[in-house]
Amino acid sequence: MKKYSVFAIAREAMRGHKGWEEQWSSPEPKKEYDVIIVGAGGHGLATAYYLATVHGITNVAVLEKGWLGGGNTGRNTTIIRSNYLYDESAGIYDHALKLWDGLSQELNYNVMYSARGVMMLAHNVHDIQVLKRHVHANRLNGIDNEWLSPEQAKEFCPPLNISRDARYPVVGAALQRRGGTARHDAVAWGYARGASARGVHIIQNCEVTGVKRAANGAVMGVDTTRGFIGAKKVGVVAAGHSSVIMNMAGVRMPLESYPLQALVSEPVKPVVPCVVMSNTVHAYISQSDKGELVIGAGTDQYVSYSQTGGLHILQHTLDAICEMFPIFTRMKMLRSWGGIVDVTPDRSPILAKTPVPGLYVNCGWGTGGFKATPGSGHVFAHTIARDDPHPINAPFTIERFRTGRLIDEAAAAAVAH
Amino acid sequence: MSGAFRIPRAGRLSQAKTARFSFDGQSYTGIEGDTLASALLANGVHLVGRSFKYHRPRGFLSAGAEEPNALVQIVRDGARKTPNVRATVQELYDGLAANSQNRWPSLSFDVGAVNDLASPMFSAGFYYKTFMWPKAAWKSFYEPKIREAAGLGVSPDKPDPDHYSSRYAHCDVLVLGGGAAGLAAALAAAETGVRVILADEQAEFGGSLRFETGARIDGQDGFAWAQAAIARLSAMDNVRVLPRTTAFGYYAQNFVGLVERVSDHLKAPGHDLPRERLWQVRAKRVVLASGAIERHMVFANNDRPGIMLAGAARTFLNQYGVAVGRNIGVYTANDSAYAAAIDLKKAGVNIAAIVDLRDNPTGPVIDEARALGIEINFGRAVIRAGGKLRVSSMTVQPKNGGGERTISVDAILMSAGWTPSVHLFSQSRGKVAFNDETKRFVPGTYAQDCVSVGACNGTDGLSATVDEAYAAGAKAAKDAGAKTAKGAKPKVDASESWSRGMLGAAPGAGPDTTVKAFVDFQNDVTAKDIRQAVHEGMRSIEHVKRFTTNGMATDQGKTSNMHGLAIAAETLGKPIPEVGLTTFRAPYTPVTFGAIVSHARGPLFDPTRKTATHPWAEAQGAVFEDVGQWKRAWYFPKAGEDMHAAVDRECVAVRTTAGLFDASTLGKIEVVGPDAAKFMELLYTNPWEKLEPGRCRYGIMLREDGFIYDDGVVGRLAPDRFHVTTTTGGAPRVMNHMEDYLQTEFPHLNVWLTSITEQWAVIAVQGPKSRDIIAPLVEGIDMSDEALPHMSVREGKICGVPTRLFRMSFTGERGFEVNVPADYGQAVWEALWAEGQKHGATAYGTESMHVLRAEKGYIIVGQDTDGTVTPNDAGLDWAVGKKKTDFVGIRGMARPDLVAKGRKQLVGLKTKDPKVVLEEGAQIVEDPKQAIPMKMIGHVTSSYWSQNCGRSIALALVAGGRDRMGDTLYVPMPNGVIEVEVTGMVFFDETGGRLNG
Amino acid sequence: MLLIRCPYCEEERPELEFRNAGEAHIARSTDIAGESDDDFEKFFFIRSNPKGIIYERWRHMHGCARFFNAVRDTVTDKFVMTYKAGEPKPAKLPGVAK
Repeated sequence: MKKYSVFAIAREAMRGHKGWEEQWSSPEPKKEYDVIIVGAGGHGLATAYYLATVHGITNVAVLEKGWLGGGNTGRNTTIIRSNYLYDESAGIYDHALKLWDGLSQELNYNVMYSARGVMMLAHNVHDIQVLKRHVHANRLNGIDNEWLSPEQAKEFCPPLNISRDARYPVVGAALQRRGGTARHDAVAWGYARGASARGVHIIQNCEVTGVKRAANGAVMGVDTTRGFIGAKKVGVVAAGHSSVIMNMAGVRMPLESYPLQALVSEPVKPVVPCVVMSNTVHAYISQSDKGELVIGAGTDQYVSYSQTGGLHILQHTLDAICEMFPIFTRMKMLRSWGGIVDVTPDRSPILAKTPVPGLYVNCGWGTGGFKATPGSGHVFAHTIARDDPHPINAPFTIERFRTGRLIDEAAAAAVAH
Repeated sequence: MSGAFRIPRAGRLSQAKTARFSFDGQSYTGIEGDTLASALLANGVHLVGRSFKYHRPRGFLSAGAEEPNALVQIVRDGARKTPNVRATVQELYDGLAANSQNRWPSLSFDVGAVNDLASPMFSAGFYYKTFMWPKAAWKSFYEPKIREAAGLGVSPDKPDPDHYSSRYAHCDVLVLGGGAAGLAAALAAAETGVRVILADEQAEFGGSLRFETGARIDGQDGFAWAQAAIARLSAMDNVRVLPRTTAFGYYAQNFVGLVERVSDHLKAPGHDLPRERLWQVRAKRVVLASGAIERHMVFANNDRPGIMLAGAARTFLNQYGVAVGRNIGVYTANDSAYAAAIDLKKAGVNIAAIVDLRDNPTGPVIDEARALGIEINFGRAVIRAGGKLRVSSMTVQPKNGGGERTISVDAILMSAGWTPSVHLFSQSRGKVAFNDETKRFVPGTYAQDCVSVGACNGTDGLSATVDEAYAAGAKAAKDAGAKTAKGAKPKVDASESWSRGMLGAAPGAGPDTTVKAFVDFQNDVTAKDIRQAVHEGMRSIEHVKRFTTNGMATDQGKTSNMHGLAIAAETLGKPIPEVGLTTFRAPYTPVTFGAIVSHARGPLFDPTRKTATHPWAEAQGAVFEDVGQWKRAWYFPKAGEDMHAAVDRECVAVRTTAGLFDASTLGKIEVVGPDAAKFMELLYTNPWEKLEPGRCRYGIMLREDGFIYDDGVVGRLAPDRFHVTTTTGGAPRVMNHMEDYLQTEFPHLNVWLTSITEQWAVIAVQGPKSRDIIAPLVEGIDMSDEALPHMSVREGKICGVPTRLFRMSFTGERGFEVNVPADYGQAVWEALWAEGQKHGATAYGTESMHVLRAEKGYIIVGQDTDGTVTPNDAGLDWAVGKKKTDFVGIRGMARPDLVAKGRKQLVGLKTKDPKVVLEEGAQIVEDPKQAIPMKMIGHVTSSYWSQNCGRSIALALVAGGRDRMGDTLYVPMPNGVIEVEVTGMVFFDETGGRLNG
Repeated sequence: MLLIRCPYCEEERPELEFRNAGEAHIARSTDIAGESDDDFEKFFFIRSNPKGIIYERWRHMHGCARFFNAVRDTVTDKFVMTYKAGEPKPAKLPGVAK
């Protein structure tokens, strides 16, 4: 892998940028691999990268039915934070946040992690109670999260409306300064490049159509649109399609897949300096390096794999955005799109071994998976390599729904991911 | 005079109606009916913007919505500043003020243009490869610099004084696009009598008939026919005609979103006019007649101001009477540009030369051009343009190489062919198919009840278009239920042909070159950027798009996508359809947030619910808090009191005399029917069968998973009638939960549920004097303790109106909740208040309610519980019917982890220092000296200063809490550790004697 | 915004009037207290989440307020049919292959 740097760019500039290597190769699939990862999104690619770099397992294929990074990785609003309530969640999200800091250097790929701060607004007494519970728990977990008055919130984000006359006035905010955003495509591409350089095969346009199991029940490999590919270990990282793949292996999941929409505005000069989220009025917003306001909407109410949702969902979101930022009504929506998010009953992910030997699953990230990408890949690689979960993902089992040991961030806090 | 480039007798505007306007502070004159673009061009102004990355000078590419370059800021006043307005769409009005964007200090001298000099460094995706060292510099230096440079216009900085409106509509046939195809389809449909909506994004209908001088329909000029057609349609009762209206999104089940620009073209819009109007239309059938968009030629410096699409130049001439230059070159790969040259030549403009990539094309337009004496060069390419702020020359070379020749020009018109607008079709989830012969994607497989006609369907020629559209309109009407068809199909007498053309880079901008031949103008994506992306391993067109940002600018790739695709396919060595198109995403053109939001702003953002006594509380100076959609009186400060002083006073008053509290927001559901008690047994943990009529019980509702869902006091009014109360926030979901079980799991039960939250106002009268206050006003109810003990309910009258009088207490004092029909709520309150005044009663708000209940250890679901708390956790095992074999949650709460040891349990906490009030949400630890991360064993759920107890009090969820009574625990705060003692949950009147006090 | 036919009101109404209520035909055991942990997990948490035909519940919240069942394709979001609560899962679906 040739190193990227300003000097490399200068060198290439002199020869018309014709000397760049392929960022990742596009090999034909082999008959057999040590590990197959189903899904070349950020989490799947990160898993392959850490299998190679941390565990020395490079005979790995990442199978992707479309194009790498084309699912939720390339469709989300790129918010990164770790100020979760429960120790289990805080553990995995902060593990990820620590990896974000330095990921560009680790991958030699500028993923543009920007610690611009994530501010979560409180609009009533209940919100204050919930957000302060987070602030205190985070502090004792060593995670930065601080309480702001409405005036401090406005100082941090000048266009925010803190008028008492708003329908739901801002009465305070919790701010995680280490939170922020990153460039989603770069994350997928950086991991793909790093994994590919270490021998991982990234095989696009290769849809898994079946999971083959031996007589003893263990995984033997997968059927794909490009033929059977063998492997004794298969990690499913298929986001909205996790139920579909797991069903092929005979495992029924506690998951439902919903459309989730997002939109960007036309690009404007810098105006929103941080990420602002509000659970009560249901919206979140940041501004990309390019100048677009990046706005996340809620899910539609029904199960769907269509990657499209209703206009009324966007309408409700923009209502909320313009309530928080009345100066934005003359801005224009440039592009809207949908993804499919897989949601568990407790809104926390599943990163675990499964009842099928050799089959592992990493799913259920719902609306908030992007922020976990490096941490998720890191501990999932561990789980696959050792056939044993990393302590950080040990609580995120499938069995927790049977026993009741849930990690219910949503119920506990009513905070959107 | 409205500009030196206005051609007398050309165009359709009335020269008499002039309009003054300014651009970058310079004043100009235009004509009413101009766009800002045509008005500027009439004055010879081509330079109007700077590109996104290289800050290259840019002029108008188009005359319509596909414009990538000419984005301006329109300023009506301090609060009405709109960024990124397409000058080609903005209609001129007298006094219009526009500014260019993304330049400093000025449009003609822009410091950012240094990027253009350094552009070899700024190749596609360069930012992924650098700015990584030193690490800290990304946040402190690189990113802020990138952000400053990026962005186009400037966001408004004041709230928008304009308003927007919204309409829903249904129709039988929705026709999108008002060119020849759309008009023909609309006529055919409308003549059957079905409901038709016809929308077009332009101010005037006609589409390409606005410039297509060769078209004749029904014996008249095409544009005149269009105006007659629209006049006919407008006069029909079953037709709604929407000009200036863009269909931006095609959603499931023929649901189409459109935006109508209502008043941005007016000099002084009346206050009654919205700025824009959102239309959400559900159509039985949709006819897509969205036309085609011309492509530019991809050659070196093809972005210089003065270089534009041929069809645009023709529109400027034939619609607005504006010549885009005096000495114009033409560069084309199809026939349609010839028509532009011919029209301009006839208008007296010099055509320096036509350069045609094709070898030996033949046809009537070519003959006509030749006959007019225009120089035509076949088999040649324009390999570069000269000039900087304005094009000054074009250099021509045989397309397979050879001698160069430079021709002086002041404008270049180009046409690489026309791309069918399949955006809406594609949004409807139809699948496009590639026509290899014509090199274009056209509608293939349909997914919804729609049909494409005319140019957007790849249909060439006006005659075929009108035939196809008329038939499609008639069929759509028939499919939508039309019975009869009458009317006659328009007859096309003459038309032009625009088929064919080329895709990708033109000669001179091929893989062996390093020139800047722009594919995407706004985002500064060149042919070589696309090739570089492919070389770097981007094999999916989506990767190419994202890596280069081709097609991601505000024009969403209307002119660039096909070229980008062709260059990528060529570089990959694959046929175009194998590389595939990127997804067409809504909106078609950018849509104003305000139009989507419409009236849902400020107070209309969400309904506000107020109780019957709200006006009284407001008059008393109450401070309100938001609880869900409700406004609730929070506390009633007297002069000089802050919240704490008011709450202290209110709390003491309730326990010494009495307090009045509005509890109307609590949810209320009447459960009625022969099986009402059976139903209650299933929905609540408590037993209900044996509850006597006239008595009340505190009920707990679980979800099936065994966690507390809601609670409330339930009164049994009769054997078959329960008056159920719920939490304020829980009312709707409890009703839904009950209905769900009644309708789907227990449909055999004969029970009716009625939400009565809004029907009854509830006035809580609490305190030792409460009975004395109420009794004088009550008729027909024995108020004695024997007849009306704690937790009982009676029906009777108060102040002469019906009441359901509950003897119950959420304060621990003798208490009543007076339910009266909501319309009498304030009157009864005032009567009770008057009585209360005789006894020194006070009004108290939600804050005091919280303190008083916490003093007694009464929980609030949603504050002391959070969706992970079982009845046992909350110390409410006593409320779970031990002998019951079924209720919702009975199985869930028996799961292993829900009965495990060490669960968090609700307990009381007393700070060692009674003056210290804990913070709600604060975390509790056993060992305050441990290192971070600390092991947290619980958190404070409720915490108050209790004036009645003379100390602070708190409730908390603590792991194994009930086994820790008397233990000392710690609450580490940023400024020190607070010691607390674990206690029972009752802080005041532990024996409960005051309930009858 | 979907257009949904309420089998009680017998007309198509916009989605805003309805609330989705999750997968259909998951019956609550008449002896739920005696169910195993596994069976309870299947009942309450496990969902088929199909890519294709789904049997689901809706409530005509802002209309007749009735719960009913629907058959919908989760890939196209097109409704195949709707039917009343309590009616059995349809054996044959109109217009659906297989």
